[in-house]
Amino acid sequence: MNSFDYLRPSTISEAVAAASTPGSAYLAAGTNLLDLMKGGVARPSRLVDINRLPGLDRIEPLSGGGVRIGALVRNADLAHDADFARRFPAVAEALLSGASAQLRNAATVGGNLLQRTRCPYFYDVASACNKRTPGAGCEARGGDTRLHAVLGWSESCIATNPSDFCVPLVALDAVVEIAGKDGRREIPLESFHRLPGDAPERDSVLEPGELIVAVRLPAEAAAFSAHARYLKVRERTSYAFAVVSAAAALRIEGGAIVEARIALGGVALKPWRSHAAEHLLAGARPDVAAFRRAAQAALQDAKPSGDNAFKIQLARGIVSRALTLAAAGTPARMPALPASPFAVTPGVLPHV
Amino acid sequence: MSISISLTVNGAMRKIELDDPRVTLLDLLRERLDLTGTKKGCDRGQCGACTVHVDGRRINSCLALAVSCDGAQVLTIEGLARGDALHPVQAAFIAHDGFQCGFCTPGQIMSAVGLIQEGQAGDDPERVREGMSGNLCRCGAYAGITDAVLDAQRQLADLERRQVA
Repeated sequence: MNSFDYLRPSTISEAVAAASTPGSAYLAAGTNLLDLMKGGVARPSRLVDINRLPGLDRIEPLSGGGVRIGALVRNADLAHDADFARRFPAVAEALLSGASAQLRNAATVGGNLLQRTRCPYFYDVASACNKRTPGAGCEARGGDTRLHAVLGWSESCIATNPSDFCVPLVALDAVVEIAGKDGRREIPLESFHRLPGDAPERDSVLEPGELIVAVRLPAEAAAFSAHARYLKVRERTSYAFAVVSAAAALRIEGGAIVEARIALGGVALKPWRSHAAEHLLAGARPDVAAFRRAAQAALQDAKPSGDNAFKIQLARGIVSRALTLAAAGTPARMPALPASPFAVTPGVLPHV
Repeated sequence: MSISISLTVNGAMRKIELDDPRVTLLDLLRERLDLTGTKKGCDRGQCGACTVHVDGRRINSCLALAVSCDGAQVLTIEGLARGDALHPVQAAFIAHDGFQCGFCTPGQIMSAVGLIQEGQAGDDPERVREGMSGNLCRCGAYAGITDAVLDAQRQLADLERRQVA
């Protein structure tokens, strides 16, 4: 690990000023950053410890029915907040399907949005990587690409975003609140992460020094609470990143879908929402035929970035199955294996 | 740069001078405070051997900077027994053969104590396995570990009921 200066500001404006110096990084739990620093992937010259900034560790109900989640709320605290989990069950399920209990106890909401790709070529400093070193090239191309992107990738980068949390959040129109040198701004989560294009070194639209202070969910997001699921295929049942995942949320009235929300994880460098699939479901009956059509639409533009064509077919299956599970209803209790395709749901066929 | 921090480790207040902010909580415990019960396995947050409690929550001490833990209460495997009396989770690991080589055991036990305190698993072995998935055991003692956690949880619940009654 490279040496660095350590600062512990006591206000948000001090933190933003301290982190605006080139080479600075914010430190929250550090569960991703320290790992990257130990591997020499991240080499910040200054760490700005934000753990003691006041007011960022609260889950606040908003007057209109939404919720504001402070950037320092720990993943486990959010997932186990009974009121939050009841109103936004797919978000709680996604959180509990990620990492391990120890990591969820430490990792923060803001840090989750900013975690870096788990592409092995990004992590291996002996490999060329445009994200790590702009212009260096991409050794993932033509390499071991089984788990790489099938949507939104470019010749410069085929990595994926590893977040589970962001997948239902983007489906539910989450908004990111940001503090910077010029004050506050907010941006829909859907526009927060960047696709690689020819500048894959920039993961998000954050400018130097900008700090995530909160994530908001609007009141409308809670209208899906009776039919909201997250489904995640991993290479082992627990404590693994998604090969492909999907969040599905439905509003069903009088036997028909009034509104649908669908997003995918593990397929692109950002949490991937499919408005096309959502539109197809509006007004449809919640049956397997409709869900399959939606899944086709969600993967319409997918193309393999290497040896990973299987992920496209897998993603179609995961989307239609997540929709089937959502239509069957949010379980009364969090499943023992959150988001697992191996969890048995009474009344739902295991394969659709 | 030298930084002064204070930690309460297993109930004892410790003042520590860090000459470098790179020290992880794990390295501080093992190399500076001679608390070598906490193990360094992968050092990358993947194996759980370094699990300790910080302010009552189980975390991976390899991924926490000591300087950032300033003021925290830290509990390690050395702080679990009361004199010669093992903590019920420690005793249950022996009773159920919850280890073979023992390297992952301090992390397993600290994780199990955390899991029981979190109160999410109930008596469901599947929930216990899921809640313990952050602790790898290369000897494969998982069946014994799951039994030990379930048994210790029952014993602790009984103890609590007796204390209330």
